[in-house]
Amino acid sequence: MSAAVAGESAPRISTAYQNWRRFSRNPTAVIGSAIVVIVLAAALLAPLIAPYPDHVGAVVNFRARHLPPSARYWFGTDNVGRDIFTRVLFGYRISLLLAAVVLGAAVPLGATLGLIAGYFGGWAEIVIMRLTDVALAIPPLVMALAVTAVLTPNLVHAMLAIAALWWTWHTRLIFSITRTLRTQEFVEAARTLGASPFHILFRELLPNCASAILVKTSLDFGFVILIGAALSYLGLGVQPPTPDLGTMVANGADFLPDRWWESLLPGAAILFVALGFNLLGDGLRDLFDVESVR
Amino acid sequence: MEFLYFLIRRALWSALVLIGLSIVIFTIARVMPGDPARLAMGPRASQEQVDDLRRKMGLDRPLVEQYQHFIAGLSRGDLGLSFLTKRPVNDDIAETFAATFELVLSTITLAFLVGIPLGVVAAANKDGWIDNLVRLIAIFGAVTPSFLLALLLQVFAGYVLHVLPTTGRFSPDAPIPHSVTGLLTIDTLIAGNFAGFADAFKHLLLPSLALSAATVGQIARITRSSMIDVAKQDYIEAARAFGVPGRVRMFKYMLRPAFVPPLTILGLEFASLLGNAFVVELVFSWPGMASYGVRSILQKDLNAVMGVVMISGLFFVLVNLTIDVLVGVVDPRVRIRGERA
Repeated sequence: MSAAVAGESAPRISTAYQNWRRFSRNPTAVIGSAIVVIVLAAALLAPLIAPYPDHVGAVVNFRARHLPPSARYWFGTDNVGRDIFTRVLFGYRISLLLAAVVLGAAVPLGATLGLIAGYFGGWAEIVIMRLTDVALAIPPLVMALAVTAVLTPNLVHAMLAIAALWWTWHTRLIFSITRTLRTQEFVEAARTLGASPFHILFRELLPNCASAILVKTSLDFGFVILIGAALSYLGLGVQPPTPDLGTMVANGADFLPDRWWESLLPGAAILFVALGFNLLGDGLRDLFDVESVR
Repeated sequence: MEFLYFLIRRALWSALVLIGLSIVIFTIARVMPGDPARLAMGPRASQEQVDDLRRKMGLDRPLVEQYQHFIAGLSRGDLGLSFLTKRPVNDDIAETFAATFELVLSTITLAFLVGIPLGVVAAANKDGWIDNLVRLIAIFGAVTPSFLLALLLQVFAGYVLHVLPTTGRFSPDAPIPHSVTGLLTIDTLIAGNFAGFADAFKHLLLPSLALSAATVGQIARITRSSMIDVAKQDYIEAARAFGVPGRVRMFKYMLRPAFVPPLTILGLEFASLLGNAFVVELVFSWPGMASYGVRSILQKDLNAVMGVVMISGLFFVLVNLTIDVLVGVVDPRVRIRGERA
């Protein structure tokens, strides 16, 4: 389905431009990427744009406790008088960092294992895929709870625990793609020409999985952020006074419903970023036509 | 017959999964720092007392021997003693598991009761406003943190509606029947106690609603896309050519095969459903495994932690075996060929 219909004087349209055109006409993808860009900018520029950068720490300002949202405090203030908007901006840094580290570890690992299992089959497939079955049977949140609690609860341990299970989804995905690709002619050809298994895995097969990985990773960004938020909601993630969205919801929940802004606005901020990555992934899925990726 | 072999094969793999899980959780519990005996005795106990407890719990033995002991216990269905409550972990978990089971079961029921019709309606009105609405529900269901939704429902019910209870499993003054299944809604019905049933059901409603949001959306989306796929099949086209009316085509010929993918998805996603149940249980003070699990995790009550994770894994495996059977019931091809398509 080429987007360019050949007119009399139509110039040659590059693939990148075609992709961009299809992307920009997909409302889901555009809204999603806009949200992602806003959140990324907010997180990166937080020290510059936050109205009260010092409210990140253990600042106490009792005169400004529990103030509702206003022109001065956009999201209101919390129970010790800190600006919630500032803390949300800095909270995004933690959320994005968590997701980036988890996926930075889990995606390459999961994809490599999936490639190996799918291409070699046999024992490699049995061992790797049974291992994923074991990992799939453990609820990630429960695993993260167990690991963070047995160690001390902090950000690094939370990331470790989530990454320890997250690779399985990518392994399954890449395995199912690779398995159908392994008998195709271009792989046969590479093998006949004497290409090494390494070359076949990473230069022949991996590029064919790239769009699926991209879509899955985008969707995962939202889901990992949600799990991280749930962990810190339970008090097992980032420790105070570092601003964290899940912790803010948990603390603010004590003051519901009268002081709704203290929990609901940070909660909405979590929803916002998860929504952005989800819509972006959804749009990319349409764009690359990889319906099977969830 | 083929189907029976298929089920036996799946059951054997499940056993293997559980053994793998036991190794993983044993490693986490034993290799990580922190002395469970010291924690159980408290900081004021003397070193001899702590050492004594360590010997009693077998913590001074080599790791392999400890694992053998753990596995031997598991195969007898014995999860060991809780360091904290000084009771068998079995008893503690048995008390709390029924509550979690009831919550999860009602969530799945709700998800299918709402998700399947939504998916069917969306598929029938493909690209119409209903389809877009269902898509929106699915997206928001997936991206709303379960604790946020739970809090919102709780506040809405508690401060606006004043009809539904917002914490616990039953009212303090409600007559609670003798436990048969441990599921209050079912026990009250068995006892013919309709007031008690209404009470238990009302308590169940909000937590199930909060927990089911993500699953409802997913089931609706999957049902939609599988209905659309099935509609392209030749036999549906043939049915249309024969003049079979749309409604009959849809409910008699399309819905049944379209039912399989949502079931499969539920099996895959069950672990994360169980994880979310932990969060929702805490918000609604639901006396399930979550509060027990989180408490034992915080107190480093290792046998209890291992028990909770093993039971979660067992639950996951059993749900997936049940789904295998259900898929066989729905899809005769699976029954005959003895494997999933």
